[in-house]
Amino acid sequence: MKRLLPYLAVAFFASVPLWLQDQYFLHTLVVSGIFMLAAMSLNLLLGYTGQLSLGHVAFFGIGAYVSALTSLGFSISIFGYQITHEPWPAVVGVILGTIVAGLCGYLIGKLAFRVRGAYFVIVTISFAEVVRLVALNWVELTNGPLALPGIPPLTIGFEWTGYATLWGKAQNYYVVLAAIVLAYVIIKRLVYSPYGRAMIALRENETLAMSVGVSVTKYLVLAAIVAGAMAGTAGGLYAHYIQIIDPMVFMFLNTVTMVIMVITGGKGTLAGPIVGGLIFGIAPVVLRSYVGPELQWILYGLLMILIVFVLPDGIVPAIERWFGRTSESAGDRRSLTLETSKASQS
Amino acid sequence: MNAVTTHREPILAIEHVAVHFGGLIAISDMNFEVGEGELVSLIGPNGAGKTTAFHVITGFLKPTKGRVMFRGTSLNGLKPHEVTSLGLVRTFQRTSVFDKISVFENVLIGLHRRTAASLFGTLLSLPKERHAEAELREKAWEILKLVGIDHQADELGGSLPYGDQRLLGVALGLAADPSALLLDEPVSGMNATETARFVNLLNKLRERGKTILLVEHDMPMVMGVSDRIVVLNYGRIIANGTPTEIQNDPEVIQAYLGQGVKHA
Repeated sequence: MKRLLPYLAVAFFASVPLWLQDQYFLHTLVVSGIFMLAAMSLNLLLGYTGQLSLGHVAFFGIGAYVSALTSLGFSISIFGYQITHEPWPAVVGVILGTIVAGLCGYLIGKLAFRVRGAYFVIVTISFAEVVRLVALNWVELTNGPLALPGIPPLTIGFEWTGYATLWGKAQNYYVVLAAIVLAYVIIKRLVYSPYGRAMIALRENETLAMSVGVSVTKYLVLAAIVAGAMAGTAGGLYAHYIQIIDPMVFMFLNTVTMVIMVITGGKGTLAGPIVGGLIFGIAPVVLRSYVGPELQWILYGLLMILIVFVLPDGIVPAIERWFGRTSESAGDRRSLTLETSKASQS
Repeated sequence: MNAVTTHREPILAIEHVAVHFGGLIAISDMNFEVGEGELVSLIGPNGAGKTTAFHVITGFLKPTKGRVMFRGTSLNGLKPHEVTSLGLVRTFQRTSVFDKISVFENVLIGLHRRTAASLFGTLLSLPKERHAEAELREKAWEILKLVGIDHQADELGGSLPYGDQRLLGVALGLAADPSALLLDEPVSGMNATETARFVNLLNKLRERGKTILLVEHDMPMVMGVSDRIVVLNYGRIIANGTPTEIQNDPEVIQAYLGQGVKHA
């Protein structure tokens, strides 16, 4: 059953646009999915290596701006040299956005992982703030607070298949769904490999991990690169779906949303950010008709506090424990430990 | 008595190492060698500098003076994981296992150094990587069986009885495929049965040709298993010899028991 769950979930979500009439709700799901993707990437850092990045939105925003500018084109002058870039297809933009965000992950990883804990958190916040100020003030490139409008939607296809431009919500929904599935597979394979074990070892006990030969910098930087790149993809998808971005994408609130998704869902679990992303992506729409936005934020705060107090590990580990108790095997094994398959026991 | 060199080929050489913490001299001048396949114990009263010596050898601390040579390579300036990758692996006094991770996965993490998986192979789940992973699991079982805690593979590291946790700590060290293993007070807090089990394990490791450097307070155990004993006091070596030589060394007796009755 547990093995089938991911496939069932994908099948269910793939069927949603077929029966869901409410286009606004579908739009909510697309945006939730994009933030879910970003939350999944944050989970790789926060959940598996144990490093809290409070500047995660920077990677998201960099992905969005790089992707938007690649597909819009720009003309700037640096030190008297005129640099002009002709518009490229949106797909190339998303790929470039992913790469550039991954590179930023590498740089930030190299710099910030010289420190840990609170200092790392501060470095990441500062990084996000610097990037926001650049986006706000480099008006020639980013249009500053006037925003970058008219970003083209994604176009997929090859010369021999013909091209399809994704104007509709359902089409974008499937693109986001595919991205989430891909990210899930990447994270899962990474986590259940020696790479993931090294990251978890660093989270659990850095000194001991070093003594068995785990290189701290190598694995923390690797996690930062993958997390940065994935958040960059999310940003790129966001830019081409919403079709307008401004420096507000760098809002601290966006990072907080991602962190809340990860923590309430269950950090360090594969399904955690997905469950958290669904709850905090859909809740605003469901609550909208009953309570005002200000009250909503208060409710989220209360919900967050409640979850942290009642289910400190998050929702997914709690459900797993509950099912583990009622079925038989899992016992009191906590989510922190990876699955222990005894396939090779001879 | 002061036979500093060994008859065997030295694998690990601590050459005039000194460690100062500001004005405090933790180790003033330490000079000894460990031969290939030898079991050497480092003993001394609390605060003599034994753990500091371990920290220096494994790269967790930089020596103020001197250097540590392992198989002809200087370890000065190497990071702990680089020292491990040369085949010199240590266990810890207190935090010896990953508490919240199952025993089996503890050992899998320990096997890190033997992992050959490439990142892209892992992401694409290529047959080579899956094969390597299956081999790692096989290896982990072997180590758990050798150490004798294979029946507890599914328990969390932190939920094991104390003695078994220390065994798991050694299993973690062994998983890193060391040619030399440094054990920091492995039997402290163990009862007699657990200690006997541990001595049994040490003998198995010696049969496999592992070089072992042991820091320990349990004197009967140290006297029983060691080829050679190095005694530290106030950061310097006061004796270096076979267990019998050490037991009869007046300076060692004085360090452990004080001046004796003649001054009373």
